[in-house]
Amino acid sequence: MDQDILLGTYVFGLAIFLGLEVINRVPSTLHTPLMSGTNAIHGIVLLGGLLVIGPADGILNDVLLVIAIAFGTINVIGGFLVTDRMLGMFKGKKPDPKRDAVKEPV
Amino acid sequence: MSEDLINGLYIVAFVLFIVGLRMLRGPRTAVQGNQVAAVGMAIAVVATLLQDGVGDFPLIALGLAIGTAIGIPSARAVRMTAMPQMVALFNGVGGGAVALISFAEFREAGGDLPLEELIPILFAAVIGAISFWGSNVAFLKLQELTKARPRIPPLVNGGLLAIAVGLSVGITTGAESEWVFLGVLVAASLLGVLAVFPIGGADMPVVISTLNAFTGLSAAAAGLALDNIALIVAGMLVGASGSILTKQMADAMNRSIASVFFGGFGVGGAAAAAVGPGDDGVDRTVRSTSSADVAIQLSYAERVVIVPGYGMAVAQAQRTVADLASELERRGIDVTYAIHPVAGRMPGHMNVLLAEADVPYDRLKEMDEANGEFARTDVSLVIGANDVTNPAARTVADSPIYGMPILDVDKSSSVIVLKRSMSSGFAGIENPLFYGENTSLLFGDAKASVGDVLAEVKAL
Repeated sequence: MDQDILLGTYVFGLAIFLGLEVINRVPSTLHTPLMSGTNAIHGIVLLGGLLVIGPADGILNDVLLVIAIAFGTINVIGGFLVTDRMLGMFKGKKPDPKRDAVKEPV
Repeated sequence: MSEDLINGLYIVAFVLFIVGLRMLRGPRTAVQGNQVAAVGMAIAVVATLLQDGVGDFPLIALGLAIGTAIGIPSARAVRMTAMPQMVALFNGVGGGAVALISFAEFREAGGDLPLEELIPILFAAVIGAISFWGSNVAFLKLQELTKARPRIPPLVNGGLLAIAVGLSVGITTGAESEWVFLGVLVAASLLGVLAVFPIGGADMPVVISTLNAFTGLSAAAAGLALDNIALIVAGMLVGASGSILTKQMADAMNRSIASVFFGGFGVGGAAAAAVGPGDDGVDRTVRSTSSADVAIQLSYAERVVIVPGYGMAVAQAQRTVADLASELERRGIDVTYAIHPVAGRMPGHMNVLLAEADVPYDRLKEMDEANGEFARTDVSLVIGANDVTNPAARTVADSPIYGMPILDVDKSSSVIVLKRSMSSGFAGIENPLFYGENTSLLFGDAKASVGDVLAEVKAL
């Protein structure tokens, strides 16, 4: 158990640096989708609900955990879908073909 | 199922999260990046369901079904302009899930948990509850369901934090009652509500970004308590990225994160506005103009810079604005957009809206680039932006926004401001730009005004 928590703490610390490294320097255009995408990822807390609901006893615990799983699911599914919708708008915005046509002869 | 396989699947999921987030850094790869991260999430969920000891599948199915039934339609239906609220809500439910799971885990163990689990559980519960309630209040404010901005003495929030921490320490030193735990949750919830309530809309990007980081952090803490590596890694990825984003936002406004939460931007601003007009001897007359006038000014210009703000989002005017821009471009006028990093209610808010309206990526200029060009701009068209153009940030040392980098629209030959009314911006601060000699104001709903101007330009 002590070994586990120690390992967990190492991972906790290393993940901070990983997060800083991965995310740094994103164009501000993508800040909203990025925020919404990372937002979806913390919906991973859903896993916590899945893990705890089995061993949990009692109606109240079950109710709390069903709500927690529902919340986590909303966070994950809603988060990824909304991000996809936003990013879809950036897709295929190629420069105006006419403008390119003007440039080409030069 | 063997633990090795599950951990193997978790590692695949992390790799997908990291690759996905990296791909989110560029506009061309971002769509796939998001999908890659979503696949990672699906793998993490499946791996967890395969784990020994996971049971009560009907209840799990129920929770997943409810979440899906709510999540998909709301994500599909939400308008682009309402994205900040939606992200706030999704963030809030994530925090709520963390708090609920912590409480259930504590109840399940009857409070009889080793210290190394108890501490992260309490931490997760406190941060999760703050994030849940804070996000919901942020939603209420962004949806403009409440405009209340009570002044909360810092002592109250400090006191609530002290209560939450004090009760938590109590629990770790033997008071293992679930009522004490509930007390922790209530104190943290109140703190979440009261910390966000006094904050003005201009600071909302910083708030949402902070709460996003909080939820990630709390998920990671829950992962420590539940001994689940996937939660720890994914939670911390979000905690770290949210923190960076928060810092970038705060830097862009030249404010420290602490001053956003404890300084009461809005409160100070309201006080300044109350002293407001007339007291400083500045001429307070505004020139209002007509759509026909604006159309003439625009069509004789060589360079036009459009400065969009939250007002454009509220009025759903982005397509009409884009139409006006392309009409002007057809007449050989150079039209660009100047985007302040915190324009709107979220970082990148304006970029998303304009992308929706098919505005080419290269027409959008970031603040530094845009500011170099205002001096040789004929007309700056300010559409529903206020605080981000306020020259008081440069000149008035006691203004609450003093030092915040702004778009120097007042340096262009003429400025046209589209506004609904003379009320001050969301931050509640008087804007001297409106009284400038080269400024004229076109009152009305942004979409209707831009539509009128477009019609007049076409008629010329």
